Amino acid sequence: MSTTDIAPTGAERVSRREPSAVLRMSEAEAAEIGGDPDDPGDDELVLLNMGPSHPSTHGVLRLMLELSGETVLRSKPVIGYLHTGMEKTGENLTYLQGGTNVTRMDYASPLFNELAFSLATEQLLGIEVPERATWIRMLMCELNRAASHLLFLATGGMELGAVSMMIYGWREREEVLRFFEKVSGLRMNHNYIRPGGVAADLPADWRSDVAELIELIEPRLDEYDTLLTGQPIWRERLQGVGIISAAEAVALGATGPLLRGAGMAWDLRRDEPYLFYDQVDFDVIVGIHGDCYDRYAIRLNEIRESLRIVAQIIDAMPSGDYRTQDKKVTPPPRARIDESMEALIHHFKIFTEGFKVPAGEVYAAVESPRGELGVYMVSDGSSVPYRLHVRAPSFVNLQTLPHLMQNGLIADGIAIIGSVDPIMGDVDR
Amino acid sequence: MAERYGAPVGGDRPSRGQAVIHPSPSQWFEVAAAARADGFDQLIDLTAVDYLTYGADRGLPEGVQPERFEVVASLMSHERRERLRMRVQVPADDPSIPTLFDLWPGAENLEREAYDMFGIVFEGHPDPSRILMPEDWSGHPLRKDYDSGGIPVQFKAASNVR
Amino acid sequence: MGVADQIADLRDHGLKAIQHNFITAKLESLVNWSRARSLWPAQFGLACCAIEMMATGAAHYDLARYGMEVFRASPRQADVMIVAGRVSQKMAPVLRQIYDQMMEPKWVISMGVCASSGGMFNNYALVQGVDQVVPVDVYAPGCPPGPETLMHAIFTLHHEILSGELLARRSASSTGGAGIAVQQLDGQTATATIRGGHG
Repeated sequence: MSTTDIAPTGAERVSRREPSAVLRMSEAEAAEIGGDPDDPGDDELVLLNMGPSHPSTHGVLRLMLELSGETVLRSKPVIGYLHTGMEKTGENLTYLQGGTNVTRMDYASPLFNELAFSLATEQLLGIEVPERATWIRMLMCELNRAASHLLFLATGGMELGAVSMMIYGWREREEVLRFFEKVSGLRMNHNYIRPGGVAADLPADWRSDVAELIELIEPRLDEYDTLLTGQPIWRERLQGVGIISAAEAVALGATGPLLRGAGMAWDLRRDEPYLFYDQVDFDVIVGIHGDCYDRYAIRLNEIRESLRIVAQIIDAMPSGDYRTQDKKVTPPPRARIDESMEALIHHFKIFTEGFKVPAGEVYAAVESPRGELGVYMVSDGSSVPYRLHVRAPSFVNLQTLPHLMQNGLIADGIAIIGSVDPIMGDVDR
Repeated sequence: MAERYGAPVGGDRPSRGQAVIHPSPSQWFEVAAAARADGFDQLIDLTAVDYLTYGADRGLPEGVQPERFEVVASLMSHERRERLRMRVQVPADDPSIPTLFDLWPGAENLEREAYDMFGIVFEGHPDPSRILMPEDWSGHPLRKDYDSGGIPVQFKAASNVR
Repeated sequence: MGVADQIADLRDHGLKAIQHNFITAKLESLVNWSRARSLWPAQFGLACCAIEMMATGAAHYDLARYGMEVFRASPRQADVMIVAGRVSQKMAPVLRQIYDQMMEPKWVISMGVCASSGGMFNNYALVQGVDQVVPVDVYAPGCPPGPETLMHAIFTLHHEILSGELLARRSASSTGGAGIAVQQLDGQTATATIRGGHG
């Protein structure tokens, strides 16, 4: 595993108070300042609105930009255009239903949301998950990471004018989604990983399916390397653009490829192993310069690492249960319901009332494709969470945007937004 | 009683491998500063909980007065690979505590979210404004006395007729 | 011989299909035909559904086959707005403004249950159905609807425009849109009862 020295801590290097990269201005203030387009003396600074419906802002991100000519001086991401009230809704859904809610947060990597939610619930319950279920979770999550990064390559490529990458990225992602549909019944928003295990066992021929996926995607990654990395325009647009140091990234709370791109080898899979990540061999990909190019290269190579993990899982997968046999959280098998009255009542109670979870608080975190995805859950002993908070990586990472964009061109801003890869469902929840 | 950075440690309930400390609102900033100086270089998460209708035991250590709101911050020390959780009790009649922005600039969005959703004021925050809800929204949605659903559409500018 | 048949003849036999140097058709069908065959969508991706909408436009499902691959960033160049995802209270005024900026004639497809009815999120944050903000012509069910379902919704719209049925439905409806609900066709289970699952 590659390692880099832990960077010196320090918020000192991030401009804290004014003058700052962050434009702290309300809409009302912006409207008041306005500026008169007919006034020839009023040509120094321009306030420009970008989004929330803009082809290059990854969904519904809106930016307020303070411009001097084409140079961005200060900026402010305005978010909340996709705020869905999921944390409130989560307080009304039982622990069994909660998965359907959280899976719709980061819709590019839904399985990670389910995983963090399930891990938190299981820690509160104090139950163990069977080995096979844990390996299935890892398999699905790593494939999801590959799919998510492929989506980044596709949309990131399109935003910078490499439109063919859009088509190619979707081609491979479609293959992964097909496997997901075979396993979970759904292409997205699976609700597959649930407290206690997973919703269903893998199909009988999953080994050959996954082997085919690896065989298909791996050589094509080399093609993308040639197509993008080998292309001078692509390098020119990304190299040296949107630089952030490790100290700044840490101070701003950034995690995931953003932090690793700045040269800090920090990956929860390695540094705080959960599931069975301590039993598989993989590298933590680290950048040097902390620019957009490093973040792109990290994601491309993380697909390779994910496939490497997946290949090891094919060999390591044990037989056994795909969900815990703890009667408290797992309903009886279908066949038993027809025979036994108790089983029928038990089944009915689990799906109407849910299961009760001991009172307490827990914070569980996983390494999602975008960084640390954490669930802070408070239980009051009933069958619904008293408070469900999700530490969304995109939400926190978005804070780096004004710092990355400062003194760059608007066009570089597009590359930077793409390289931060925020998923607005994750930001706004 | 066990203390860390001058704040009471822990509660009698298991914290699942993560250390928990309970500073008072007046200690909040200095305890955070001590933790920061001790190597907790990243503020991972900051959120709040409204304990208005909480029926169970909250697991607070002796001497910590329970209040309606609680602000929870998760800290990370990359060097020691260690996490620390800080829980502070915030009274309902004066829901304000000092901002952590000067220690970790990454607190900015997280504190704005806690303000937006719970109405907790972070004194000295550079941009104390709503972040997720529209600027002219009234109420703080994640408070327990805020109705969860069935709210009619507020946007009425459009008639539904073409 | 309808204009569609004549076009089919042209496609199959080339210029030989034209016996005379002119084609006769009702002006209305010609207009409808040209409208239905080049519906340009306004890009209005919001959430999960936007990902499936992009998938529909990408290689495997290839929306370009129906003259629809050009997602316009400017509403002024677009004919159909595919509302793909959850519409929040904060987004509703933006959505309406974009709709107002689109040129007539214009159509709206509500993609997914969140846009159609608020879906599973009946709470303070979401508009409970985008038809409260803009008139909807076709509702596509699913969470998210697979590409097949979206294409089904698009074909339904094509058909309604071609036949002129749409205008009749619109004038009969109280919301101003045609309000046609299509079936989910992508084979994904709506209730998530899956093989060997908890259910």
